[in-house]
Parts: sequence; C-alpha cells; structure tokens
Amino acid sequence: MTGGKATKHIVETIAKVIFLICAAVAIVAVLSITVYMFAKGTPALAKVGVIDLLFGTVWQPTAATPSYGILYIILTSIAGTAVAILIGVPIGILTAVFITEVSNKKLAAIVQPAVELLAAIPSVIYGLLGLMVLNPLMYRLEKRVFAGSTTHQFTGGSNLLSAIIVLAIMILPTVINISVSSIRAVPGHLKSASLALGATHIQTIFKVMIPAARSGIMTGVVLGIGRALGEAMAINLVAGGSVNLPLPFNSVRFLTTQIVSEMSYAEGLHREVLFTVGLVLFIFIMIINLVLAQARRKEPLKNDRK
Amino acid sequence: MTGSNTSIRTKTRHPADFFTYVAIYVCAILSVALLLGIIVYVFVKGIRSVNWEFLTSVTSVLKGTTGIAGNIVNTLYIIIVTMLIATPIGVGAAVYLNEYAKPGKLVSMIEFATETLAGIPSIIFGLFGMMFFGQTLHLKYSILTGSFTLTLMVLPLITRNTQEALKTVPDSYRSGAIGLGAGKWHMIRTILLPSAMPGIITGVILAIGRIVGESAALLFTAGSSGLLPKSFADLFTKAKMPAGTLTIQLYLSATKGEFGVAFGIAVVLLMIVLGINLLTKALAKKFDVNRR
Repeated sequence: MTGGKATKHIVETIAKVIFLICAAVAIVAVLSITVYMFAKGTPALAKVGVIDLLFGTVWQPTAATPSYGILYIILTSIAGTAVAILIGVPIGILTAVFITEVSNKKLAAIVQPAVELLAAIPSVIYGLLGLMVLNPLMYRLEKRVFAGSTTHQFTGGSNLLSAIIVLAIMILPTVINISVSSIRAVPGHLKSASLALGATHIQTIFKVMIPAARSGIMTGVVLGIGRALGEAMAINLVAGGSVNLPLPFNSVRFLTTQIVSEMSYAEGLHREVLFTVGLVLFIFIMIINLVLAQARRKEPLKNDRK
Repeated sequence: MTGSNTSIRTKTRHPADFFTYVAIYVCAILSVALLLGIIVYVFVKGIRSVNWEFLTSVTSVLKGTTGIAGNIVNTLYIIIVTMLIATPIGVGAAVYLNEYAKPGKLVSMIEFATETLAGIPSIIFGLFGMMFFGQTLHLKYSILTGSFTLTLMVLPLITRNTQEALKTVPDSYRSGAIGLGAGKWHMIRTILLPSAMPGIITGVILAIGRIVGESAALLFTAGSSGLLPKSFADLFTKAKMPAGTLTIQLYLSATKGEFGVAFGIAVVLLMIVLGINLLTKALAKKFDVNRR
C-alpha cells in the first residue's frame, strides 16, 4: 500500500460507490421498464376507450373503421395458461416425487439432468417441433371431432390445444426443479415418523411430505404460470393467427403472440394498442412477481422454526 | 413368519399405491422420452442440412448458397458485447449486496428488483429495448440495442450466481485479510473474487446459454439481417447494424416454410446447448472438489 491513509480512503470510497451503482442498475432497470410500459401502453386506452379496448371482442385493426377489442386475447392467455398448468403441474410433481423418493440414485441421475436439459432447449425449437409434429396430429384429431361440421373453421392443427401442450411441456422443468428441492428440504424426521406409524411409502409421500413441501411447490407453480404467460415464440408458431374465443380447436392469439406477429408492421393507433397488450401482460407478470416476493418473505420464517 | 394376519411381518396390500407408482413411473418416463424425442427428431430432420457450406456461407440467391455463417457471427457478437457489459455490473451488484450492504430497505429493494427482472418475460424486454434503446436512444435495430436489452435480462443470473459463490467463501478469509491490514477493496480484489471465480464463471456460462436460446427479446431489438462483415473494420461498424441471431433465423425460416434450414439451425443450437450444459456440470464438479 503506497500513498498513505488518505488515498487508501479515497480508493475504498470509490470502490464502494461503484459497487453501489452496479447494484442500483437492477432498480433503475425495473423502474424504467415499468415507466415505459405504462407511458406507451396507456395512450391507446384513452383513445379507444377502456371498455371498448379491454372488453371489446372484435379485433380488426386494419379495417376501414378499425376495431381494437382485446378481450379474446386476454381470455386466451388466461385459459391457455390455466390448462397448461393443470396438465403440467401434476406431471411435474409426480416426476419430482420419482426423482426424490421413488427411484434409485442411478435412475435419478438420468431423469434429473434430462429435465435440466429440457429447460435449456431454446423456445423456438419447441415451436418448430410443435409446428412439425403436434400440428399435424391435432389436425387429424380436429378432422375426426368436427367431421361433417359446416360451421367449424378448420385450422390445420394450429390451435389452442397445440399451444397448451407446448406450454405444458415448457413449464415442466420449472415445476420439477423447484418441487425436487422443496421435497428434499422436508425434514427427515417427518418421513421417519410417518413410516414408523405404519403408513406406506406412498401414503407418506402424498400425505406427509408433499403437504410439508407445499409452499415450495406453490412457488414452482407460480413461476410456471409466469413462464407460460410470458412465452411468445414457441406458441406463436403453433397457435394459429386469428383472434378467437379460446376454444380447444380455435386458431387463437395470446397476449405475447399478438405482439410478436403484428408489431413488425403495425402503425399509429394499431401500434399503440399493441403496447397496451404489452402493458396488460406486464401487469399480470408484476402481480405474479409480487406473489412470489410475498412467498419468499414467508419462507425464511418457516426455516427458522425447523 | 408367524402367519398371523395381525403380524407386522405380513404385508398388507395397497392396490391404490400400485397405481400411484405406475403414474409416477409414467410421468418420469415421459419427461425423459420428451427430451430424447426432441433431440432425436431434430437430429434426424436436420443433420442432412448441416454441412461445411451451411456453416461457412451466407444465404444468397445470386450464389445459390444456403448458409448461416452470418447468423453464427451475429450470435457470437451479441454474446460478447452483452457479457462484456453484464458481467462487471452483475458481479459488482453481488459484491455490494454481500460485502457492503447492511440489511435494510435498500437491500430488500435491490433484491426485489433483481427477482423481478428475472421474472419479466423476454417479450417485455424486447418491447422495452425497442422503445428505449432503439427509439429513445436512436440505436434502431442493431447489435447494440440487442445487447443492451439482453444485459438487463441476464443481469439477475450473474448477480445470483456470484452471490451464491461469495456466500461460500469462509468468513475467516475476510477477517484474515482485514487482520493483516488489507483494505476492503484490496481484499475483494485479491481474496474474494478469485475464490468466487468458479461461481462467477458458472453464472457467465448460464447467461451465454440464455442468450443463445433467446429470440423474443431480439426480434424487435437486433433485427434479422444475416450478412457477414466484409472486412475487419466492418466488424466495428457492424455493432450499429441489424443482426439476426441463429434463433431469429430459425424462427423466420420456420414461418417461411424453409424447414431444412430451420432444422439445420436447430441441430446447431442443440449442440451448443448440450455443450454449455456439460460445461456447467463439469465446472460445478470441479468447484465441489476444490472446496473439499
């Protein structure tokens, strides 16, 4: 150390300030994203009218008298996410049970890395596979279900059902990884006590361990909801391209796919409405983030008690 | 065996348990089968498109070539620029949170902001990047716009991994260094950061993986051009030019119905993702061994 105490003090202060600035970047980023989303998303609400925009069911942005109702888009995002969660979460939890409790170490050492890899596969690849594999299958199913129907508009398999299956697969890794770690965190004495009382392994898992790991598993589910709501590219390739009621065999638009597919050519008010669609998605995501923050605040308390 | 029905040695049959076991096995097999199915399908469909010309040339109607060299260069470019910006900021933030900050409002705000950033979907980052970096800062569709946007996206990944690594550095290292007369900055530079290096590198590699697979955040920020820089100097002006990554090209090819190209890129992407996965595994193992 050359230069004595004074320079040392200055260096220390500068270092501290620089580190503080780095840490503040995250806050600045979240604040500016929030400000921008609201600043760009609200003008259209005023111009089109809150009710007409959010609860309108007709989406014709390029018609002579354009109409910008996004209700079906919002409903599609909610319904699609909900069903994907209903399919993906049970499969995810059962797989987590397999990894932590049922399988031997060797099998778990195959299944868990496989799940991690599923998480790493780029979403466009899921979309590409959905387009090539899932859509033709769905088209066959569609032709069987609606055989002879004159009112049904055939989608060639690009429909809500395909998108839901892709989403359910894409949330699996999130649900599985977090369930695995929360089931592993269940104190061993709970399991031993249950087994000693004569409960079978299965009973112990589903009546003792999963309830004990509930808060962690719920965190995984909420994260899965966030992932499904925010997914854009994969489902854009498989969900079809028209704004419709979210029925299984309808070609639909999600909040995300609406932005992806129209932002490149939208102009004027149409573009502003797309920003409002972004704002709606952003608000959904922020609600989920707040729920997660709340859950995290509760968790340390519970760990202390252990 | 006593043969009595009340003995604890006789097993009571639980038919419901059997079905639960079946369900558990089916789900586990499904997860593995999905992964294998995806990998096998992509390789079978795409491996024929991948050859030397595909990897080293640019798609050109004039020359009659189909290639993704431009997209590969763009992807590398965006990775390098993003990591050059994001790594120092992310590591710095982690150092502040772990070494300087005292628990309080500011820290919980920073941590909430980091968690929130991690939870924002990439399409929102894409919209924000397009509006802020692209329009307000006039960077338009360019590598810089894309990299700045991705910086915000991968920041939480680096911060969290560095924090985890810093937490595993024993406190005795800190008190030892301070006791020997080192200043805090000196201690961080010479003791903490080197000890936390494996964690930092893991964070960087995970971030690279995220960037390689990213598409929604880049579509409206980095654009979609797949050209190669013409000269070395052109490499620098290219930072302000539109540049489509591998994922973007895959998406565009898929929407255009060019499935040969799409699956070719998918093969390349899968190889990169597999490589990154193996690398982080190896690093984690090495890290564990060192600590023991």
